[in-house]
Amino acid sequence: MSGPAAIGLWGVPLALIGGAIRVSTPYIFVGLGETITERSGRINLGQEGTLVFGAMIGYGVAIMTGSPWLGVAAACACGAVFGLFHGWICSFPKVNDIAIGIAMMQLGVGLAIFFGKPFIEPAAPHLPAISLGWWSAVPQIKAALDVNSLFILGLALALFLNWAFRNTKYGLMLRVVGDSAEAARAMGLNPNRVRLYATAIGGGLAGIGGAYLSLYYPGSWNEGISSGQGLMAVALVIFARWNPLGCFFAALLFGGAGALGTALQSVGVTQGYYLFYAAPYVLTLIIMTATSSRSDSLVGAPGELSITK
Amino acid sequence: MSNASPDTLTNATAVLVARRPDALASLARHAEAFVIPGAALLAGLGVFSAFLVVLGKSPSAFFLAVYLGGFGSAFSLDNSLTHASPLLLTALCVALPARLGLVIIGGEGALVLGGLAAASIALPLHGMPYFVVLPAMAAAGALVGGFWIGIVGALRTFRGVNETISSLLMAYIGIALMNQLVEGPLRDPASLNKPSTYPIGDAYRLGNIPGMQVHWGLAVGILACIACWALMERTTWGFAARVAGGNVRAAQVQGLPVGKLILAFTFIAGACAGLAGMIEVAAVQGDANASLASGYGYTGILVAFLARQNPLAIIPVAFLLGAIDASGSLLQRHLGLPDATVQVLQGILFITILFSDTLYGHIKWLNPDLWVRARP
Repeated sequence: MSGPAAIGLWGVPLALIGGAIRVSTPYIFVGLGETITERSGRINLGQEGTLVFGAMIGYGVAIMTGSPWLGVAAACACGAVFGLFHGWICSFPKVNDIAIGIAMMQLGVGLAIFFGKPFIEPAAPHLPAISLGWWSAVPQIKAALDVNSLFILGLALALFLNWAFRNTKYGLMLRVVGDSAEAARAMGLNPNRVRLYATAIGGGLAGIGGAYLSLYYPGSWNEGISSGQGLMAVALVIFARWNPLGCFFAALLFGGAGALGTALQSVGVTQGYYLFYAAPYVLTLIIMTATSSRSDSLVGAPGELSITK
Repeated sequence: MSNASPDTLTNATAVLVARRPDALASLARHAEAFVIPGAALLAGLGVFSAFLVVLGKSPSAFFLAVYLGGFGSAFSLDNSLTHASPLLLTALCVALPARLGLVIIGGEGALVLGGLAAASIALPLHGMPYFVVLPAMAAAGALVGGFWIGIVGALRTFRGVNETISSLLMAYIGIALMNQLVEGPLRDPASLNKPSTYPIGDAYRLGNIPGMQVHWGLAVGILACIACWALMERTTWGFAARVAGGNVRAAQVQGLPVGKLILAFTFIAGACAGLAGMIEVAAVQGDANASLASGYGYTGILVAFLARQNPLAIIPVAFLLGAIDASGSLLQRHLGLPDATVQVLQGILFITILFSDTLYGHIKWLNPDLWVRARP
């Protein structure tokens, strides 16, 4: 126990960095998925339900097969099915994508709790972590730099999407459909089909984010595993201006806010637990207020997106 | 199903239209508002039955359990009405802003803080007569709830912040605030296992409606629904709100104060949810504690959408969903189904109802505009 005493208050920023990396990973995946969906001109608020269902199914499959990666794959597949369903319903005229998202949120959470009862007790194998802190002898630094493999995958995905949106045929298709369905039709594209695929990919990524919650941090399945992370990720995408790299850094910021309570607890500050718990929500609200505008449409917003109209 | 039957029907109605055009057309237009949600409700129950069959459970046993648990006896009927009473008010929290085109889903936060405010104001007023304390509690709950959702409306008006996301964030913040206050400064030291505020005292509990085992909150909820309906349909404010909900630009061109309308309607909406919290404290809990956040705010969203945001339609829909809520424990005991079954059913119903939006104006025999073309 000499370690914590030796570095004293320096433990707070260290725990904060480690915590930000841990807490941000699901935000990265849901955020990137939602970026793809919103770039196509549709919004999926059901990501929250997908996240919770992904957490349940990932944990369940990992218990049954013994492989956490199979759990991640199953969560991704289920998330994609949720996304396909959302995309399919919203392709009918006069169906409101925001309201369907709220309904999918309730259904996803309900199904996860319904099927997840047997998985509350048993322990599943965890996803591996990569030790980037090997050079240090200080245990706190080692702990902070134990980076989970999905975080690195998320960073790679953000870089890839950032490139792909600009430089690939599919990136262009997605952006055209998102900015103007008319222009897309003139190009011979079917907006509904592009949006269907974009929502499915977004759902798949949200599923991975859910699997991370149950298979790495907090690392177990329970009914309250997510409280709005999926929804905050939607707000995060607006803050990041639909830019994948921006999304990655915004996720780190949100992760830091989420880790604040635990980091302070580690040095003995136990007052106001619930207020620190609410920090990410308050941060999201402040950011949304600061970056929204009363009259102008948001810079970089896909023209077809209902939430910014 | 062949195409023949609707066509014959259409021809038959076309003949009738020739005789009594206006009456029948208006009947058809009104019928659409009942037939489509009713059909969507049945379709949702059908999908849910298929879900149960796939799991090897019997749908008939399920519906029997819901009937017994929700409507079967005087006791279960009272229980359903008790569950319905907060839903009436939380559904109004969704339905009023919806007429302005706003989707607000954070009623849970306003309910929880409204309940907390009501319990807090009862303490310093201890010893005052019943008819002073209860109105004070109701006012406190409504004010705090109205303020909470009013913030959402203000953010929308002044900063263009999306109200759906901000209202849900406000709900999470409200619940965290309630937990913090109930575990900290407002905690009754005698409440050991379940942190609560000091009890409001038996003298100030809201009693039952005579002849029923249902508290007065039900009457308050029904009156609120009727009042909101009158506000929407019979006042210039309600008319202005509907215009703004239909087309914001048109409303602005007409000089309607859209910003003020948003502020006023979000405040009233939040006040309804806050009042629901006050009633839960005064009639059910007896103090404010974490049980206030038991999902009435979220079920209210479904009630409002099922009622198609019509305050009068909320009354029967809230009763139906209250009955489903009330039968939850019976489902668990008799069928071995988890609590979340009700949540799954609600999610399915929600989706089928929203899906049915695509049908409006497209069903021939319900849409008089399509009859003309059908005539030979």
